[in-house]
Amino acid sequence: MELLDAVGESLASRRGEIIQAVVETIAMIGNALLAAVLVGLPGGTLLYLTRPAGPHPRRTLHAALDAAVNVVRSVPFLLFVVALIPFTRWLLGTSFGTLAASVPLAFVAAALYARFSEQTLLEIPPQTVELSRALGASTWQLITRFLYPEARSGLVLSLTTVTISLISYSTIMGVVGGGGVGDFAIRYGYQAYEPELMYSTILIMVVIVMLIQAAGTQLARRLDRRGR
Amino acid sequence: MIELAGVSKTYRRGGDEAPALHDVSLTVARGEMLGVVGESGSGKSTLLRLINHLEAPTAGTVHVDGEDLARLAPRARRRRRRRIGMVFQQFNLLANKTAAANVALPLALQRRRDAEHVRRMLEFVGMADHAASYPAQLSGGQQQRVAIARALSTDPHLLLCDEPTSALDDHHASEVMETLAAVRRELDTTIVLVSHELDVVRGSCDRAAILEEGRLTGVADVVAPPPAQTFSSYAARVRHVLEGGSDRRESELREPREAREAAAAREEGAA
Repeated sequence: MELLDAVGESLASRRGEIIQAVVETIAMIGNALLAAVLVGLPGGTLLYLTRPAGPHPRRTLHAALDAAVNVVRSVPFLLFVVALIPFTRWLLGTSFGTLAASVPLAFVAAALYARFSEQTLLEIPPQTVELSRALGASTWQLITRFLYPEARSGLVLSLTTVTISLISYSTIMGVVGGGGVGDFAIRYGYQAYEPELMYSTILIMVVIVMLIQAAGTQLARRLDRRGR
Repeated sequence: MIELAGVSKTYRRGGDEAPALHDVSLTVARGEMLGVVGESGSGKSTLLRLINHLEAPTAGTVHVDGEDLARLAPRARRRRRRRIGMVFQQFNLLANKTAAANVALPLALQRRRDAEHVRRMLEFVGMADHAASYPAQLSGGQQQRVAIARALSTDPHLLLCDEPTSALDDHHASEVMETLAAVRRELDTTIVLVSHELDVVRGSCDRAAILEEGRLTGVADVVAPPPAQTFSSYAARVRHVLEGGSDRRESELREPREAREAAAAREEGAA
């Protein structure tokens, strides 16, 4: 209880700033998750479909996608953010602010989720694909009627993991003026010599991550009827 | 109905060529139930998959109802395939869908919804009470009957069965074979049944194509066994066999190795 009181007290002094920081974090992660679902999931699905032993082998396309995912994932994130500044400026007219900070996060989110969703789809038994062919399903029907329904709990779990990684990635977005909770902790906690503010922020983030994980696990379990 | 003329199939992996079927010619008449027997690796599953063009022949032609699926555009081929039902060794039910949703799936692919028809199909295979169950809640035999209902949901004139009883114990296998017999009797569906279990073929088929190492070595006219005894329960059957009935079948004396291995693999998967 004493700990909670201390946390509450330290945060109360910066209430306005922390609310703004939370809003910025949610905005950045929301944009990035949108990219994960709209770009990453189709990307992962393409990786799955076009792999050499897949339903629609396309060697070149698969290799190109695979390389793109690996490149985005292998560049250290801070360098990636800086390296992407010219692109962000070209895209948005500015490289500064919360929206601009969403751009590198969106790339990482899409690459992460592409890889995760590919791996989730690979766990579907090959008989499911065989069934879709025998039933005369189109490729679109294979994806929407067979693959996604069968993989849905794994897709939810991996999106949960992506969300949590994004929270961590988003903490360095202060370098391009993205703000957010991490930036708040550094500025007011570390640089303004209020260490209890920084530790309070860390504590809150741990709690948030645990809640997100619990929600994701619970949803995935409800969606899973495989009886394992 | 089905006409295979000089059909060969060779799989290519890297530079290697693995011949699966060699120069097979065979016809199946409308309303007939044809068994395809052979040891594992004899090409019998390949033969079945050539009929609905899941595999393309390397040489020769396959006609179903006078039509060569190889000559159709992909979209038209998919449409023809929907009129051919298929039953698999491992049932291939979608785990996240109920029995009813699995049976409704082939209709859904044609943007059709007919809950009444789905219910009738489940009733036909004796699974109406389990419409809301998920596959994991059903026994293997029940899953296979749901899979048969799914295959029948589009009113196919042809049913292809790939080792439909090989993953099942004897009791469930006989339930499934009774269901297939009812399909033939009441729906007049032409059936091609691939099996390595000779008793299953003897108990249900009119003729049996014999495959050895990818070659068709003969077509046997099946002599029906004495009327199959049906049992009200597993216990009744066991008692009959153990307490002096003469129901011992060859498969029970000498269980094929691959069936045992498949059963072991299933148990591992379930654990």
